[in-house]
Amino acid sequence: MTALLALVARDLRRAWAGGSVTYTLAFFLLVTILFPFAIGPDAALLARVGGGVIWAAALLAALMPVERLIGPDAESGVLDQFAVRGLSMASVAAAKIAAHWLAFGPPLMLAALVAAGLLDLSGAVLLKVEVGLLIGTPGLAALAVATSALVSGLRGAGAVAGLVMLPLAVPLLIFGAGSIEGGFGAVKLLAAVSLMLLAGAPFVAGAAMRAGMD
Amino acid sequence: MSDSLSFNAVTCARGGRVLFEDLSFAIAPGGAVVVTGPNGVGKSTLIRMAAGLLKPASGNVEGPACALMAEASALDSDRRLGDALRFWATLDDGEDPHGRVARAIEATQLSAIAEVPVRLLSTGQRRRAALARVVASGAPVWLLDEPANGLDDASVRTLETLIAGHRAAGGIVLIATHLPIDVPGAQSILLGEAA
Repeated sequence: MTALLALVARDLRRAWAGGSVTYTLAFFLLVTILFPFAIGPDAALLARVGGGVIWAAALLAALMPVERLIGPDAESGVLDQFAVRGLSMASVAAAKIAAHWLAFGPPLMLAALVAAGLLDLSGAVLLKVEVGLLIGTPGLAALAVATSALVSGLRGAGAVAGLVMLPLAVPLLIFGAGSIEGGFGAVKLLAAVSLMLLAGAPFVAGAAMRAGMD
Repeated sequence: MSDSLSFNAVTCARGGRVLFEDLSFAIAPGGAVVVTGPNGVGKSTLIRMAAGLLKPASGNVEGPACALMAEASALDSDRRLGDALRFWATLDDGEDPHGRVARAIEATQLSAIAEVPVRLLSTGQRRRAALARVVASGAPVWLLDEPANGLDDASVRTLETLIAGHRAAGGIVLIATHLPIDVPGAQSILLGEAA
């Protein structure tokens, strides 16, 4: 357990110090800024599509750090060292998911405040978006770590990661964006999808990391 | 778990090719084995099997807790050397990880660069850093994969001294190398000649 906490602290420190958090947030805000340029400065229209825009931007931003979550650790022998110390790869993956969410979820929710201002979202819509992100980002983080483990070591891992991850993230997008208008039912479905990803990802990622050691 | 590291009729197949077959040996506390042989005969694979990272195609490997020095140093390149070593030492069993790291840095003659980020180290310094990680682990079994790669003569002497010290304290050392390392009284295993 202390080993896993140490791993969470290490990954978190790397995410902040390595600029991964900053890049992800900058990309997220950039995507939300692109929409007003594309759609035009119609405040009413932007307010109507704004929640969905934030969700789409969050999904794209979640792709940014995928290449750096597992690949470098597999390459530098860090995963081997954890395995030698008797840690299962599934628990390493779970710790990595926790660390990645901490470096991704809360900062993204803060950035969503800025994005809501840019898109002229009302307070009520913003609250629904934030609740949705709080529930959905753990699933997104789990999916990112599992994808990262699956594509680590591949040439062009970043491009493949997008193709693997985005289709699987579609349910989060549907129920996340849907929860803004769809009410509580969509929130429950969002939570279900997020929970499923969170429960399954450590095992998928762990098996992929283990297979990568061969 | 026994005190000694033993390979029992281990067969290793990689990519559909058998690298070695029916390999058996045991290393008692204080003992050492040096594995030699040409490139690609499975020296590193044998080390990874001893570490439990790879499953043998048949047979089994058993032994006490081990510390692995493989090709990659597994030290975070953006951290200072001392901090990177302390990260691993705190995960290992045993008391006083900081003292163990300080002694290991001293023993591998890295004191002067303990505050330098790992990414700035030279190849040889990085190898010694990886060795320091193994020394600081306090594990009874040392698995060293090509430990002499990139080391100058003086560092090879240091490596030999550290190995001798570890064995004198009842430790076990398994080394795969293609460079000569002087390990007195070690069993020698030559891979790849029978095939």
